[in-house]
Amino acid sequence: MCAIAGICNSVDAPVSVPLLKEMIGMLRHRGPDEWGIHTGNGIGLGNARLSIIDLNRGHQPLCNEDGSVWITFNGEIFNYLELRKELISRGHIFSTHTDTEVILHLYEEKGEDCFRDLNGQWGLAIWDQRERKLLLSRDRMGVRPVFYTQVGKSLIFGSEIKALFTHPEVGRELDLAGLDQIFTFWCTLPPRTIFKNIFELPPGHTLVFARGNIEVHPYWHLRFSQPAEILADGVYIEQLAALVTDAVRMRLRSDVPVGAYLSGGLDSTIITALINQFSGKKLRSFSVAFTSEDHDERAFQHEAVQFLHTAHEQIECGYDDILVAFPDVIWHTEQPVIRTAPTPLYLLSQQVHDAGYKVVLTGEGADEILGGYDIYKEAKIRRFLAAQPNSPRRAQLLHRLYPYQSNLQKTPDAYLRRFFRATAADLNDPFFSHMPRWELTARLKTFFSDDVKSELAGLDAISELFGQLPVEYFSWDGFSQAQYLETKYLLPGYILSSQGDRVALAHAVEARHPFLDYRVVEFASALPSRIKMRALKEKYILKRALGHLLPATILQRPKQPYRSPDGRSFFTGIGEDYTSQILAPERITADGIFDSWAVSKLIEKFRAGDAVGVKDDMALIGILSTQLVLDQFISNFQRGGSLCNEHMQNCAVS
Amino acid sequence: MQRTHAELRRFITNNFLYGRDCGFRDDESFLEMGIIDSTGLLELINFLEKRYRIRVEDADLIPENLDSIDQLCRFVERKVENHCPTMASSILETQAI
Repeated sequence: MCAIAGICNSVDAPVSVPLLKEMIGMLRHRGPDEWGIHTGNGIGLGNARLSIIDLNRGHQPLCNEDGSVWITFNGEIFNYLELRKELISRGHIFSTHTDTEVILHLYEEKGEDCFRDLNGQWGLAIWDQRERKLLLSRDRMGVRPVFYTQVGKSLIFGSEIKALFTHPEVGRELDLAGLDQIFTFWCTLPPRTIFKNIFELPPGHTLVFARGNIEVHPYWHLRFSQPAEILADGVYIEQLAALVTDAVRMRLRSDVPVGAYLSGGLDSTIITALINQFSGKKLRSFSVAFTSEDHDERAFQHEAVQFLHTAHEQIECGYDDILVAFPDVIWHTEQPVIRTAPTPLYLLSQQVHDAGYKVVLTGEGADEILGGYDIYKEAKIRRFLAAQPNSPRRAQLLHRLYPYQSNLQKTPDAYLRRFFRATAADLNDPFFSHMPRWELTARLKTFFSDDVKSELAGLDAISELFGQLPVEYFSWDGFSQAQYLETKYLLPGYILSSQGDRVALAHAVEARHPFLDYRVVEFASALPSRIKMRALKEKYILKRALGHLLPATILQRPKQPYRSPDGRSFFTGIGEDYTSQILAPERITADGIFDSWAVSKLIEKFRAGDAVGVKDDMALIGILSTQLVLDQFISNFQRGGSLCNEHMQNCAVS
Repeated sequence: MQRTHAELRRFITNNFLYGRDCGFRDDESFLEMGIIDSTGLLELINFLEKRYRIRVEDADLIPENLDSIDQLCRFVERKVENHCPTMASSILETQAI
């Protein structure tokens, strides 16, 4: 795992080596083992490397035999051994045993189409000197990031936005439409980011930059289809078990030891159990426990560890830990968040790094692709309720939702019916499943200042999303539509980035997600919906396929999504220095994004201990993180990562 | 009555609209306005019970009682009177100060 950065001029103007060094230096948390730079006519490529495969020879950037094609690569190609064998049989000569070199030769063989053959997670750049063409590519699900911008006739790119901001000609300004999207969907809609003129290469896309022109196009689509012929459940169950098992097997390919995140939930316990099947050694596993009982899952983690005999390490995360780490977390997420949930994962990756581990497997992705989330269940119940809105028995099903939200559980049926009500007209809404969440989140926009509100007048985040939907979307059943929205947007835009790549690689930890193997994703998206959620049983097929590997307590436990303590963390009475500074009314007014009066009322509510609801929590975290983004990336951005230190070796400029 | 109205309005404005009275009508539905969710309902009940020393029973928890300033006001008065008719006006007066 690594970081990439680079500059491509459309003319032969030389690229500044000190600037490239500074850009890659900003990303060295992702790849602290070594760095390398290549410059040529009009091109500069940089790489900070976390050595995982072919530790001694996999230096980057890497070129082909005649130096006409160069690559800087962040990620892993899990099927590289199979591809390498095939390429060798076609006469390609390899100088390393890396997956990086496989991409290079595959590109020589197939050009841009080569990305379709890769099974992995990547963000990469290929410079084709012969055609004077730069290619950027990103994996199908969006595990690894690529950002870019254009300054004059140059394209500037990197794994994180902070590398782009190191370039003196790249402007740093908040994109209000991006902010509006985060305060609706929890993420921006790519290519938009939270910063003006800074773009994210969408997952499954390739960017081609040649002669000053940028072209972006998809090489893969997430599509749902109900199978023409429905097979017996047993067939699907066997196929899923085989695919997930193979996805784990491939993700154990590494020249350094591989650990596991073990949260005590179904998905990560399945992955851990499968790793055990392939490895004779005692597996190291890692987890977060919380001092807050509402969030803590240590009892289930303990069950899993006992059952699977892993060597387990646990960090305990308290309110103060979240308070202290939060500004650093926002430095890494590079976007506002409305939950603190990335923070404990940031602390966890520190622990994994300190334990000497660089690679972990996780259970991420199963909830999206196999129907685990409560939002799917909620939509199903609301549809059922809409058919007979006054049925008391149907309304009682609403208590099956969000069992971990005590406020909701205490809510009387008459109100629950109103909160989750759906009319016949709603049933035709293509966003039926997600409207309640988006509407709730969008209420946070009442905190925007009048200026921001008037600038945003006429902009509609939901219409923008509507405009991106593929035609087929409208022919899918409601369950598939909901899955598409989760998998296409929230997964890469928040789960895999703010809660994934960014906080893991903040401490040089590479996470691998077997459930997001594209073969598993394609298989899952072609399954009948009823086998994913049978009645109200979530991830039914997964439990049938691999549940036998788990202790019964974990297989049967109620689903609890990963959450962490939110607003309360910032009002524990200690060390509120940065929060009181950054949320001070004069600061809020000067920054101009939020209404300082409303923010002060919200803070009063927290100080008085009266803020108990999810909306107050989301508002506080959203406002605080936006203010931190403004502070760290716009007002007080610190250029210049120091690149070389005594731990970094093989530093090279070619 | 007037005072209870004003007080309930202040509570709703401060607690759910963060101090910005958007000029909503006294008969406007909180649910339609989107200002009360499941948490908000519990906050509201806590406030009513503490402030007016009433007990809100499960059977009271229907939107018809609690979904606008007008409805809230009527509900509080009815409850206070049922609870302690002789003290009713003084509770409402004292609490409003």
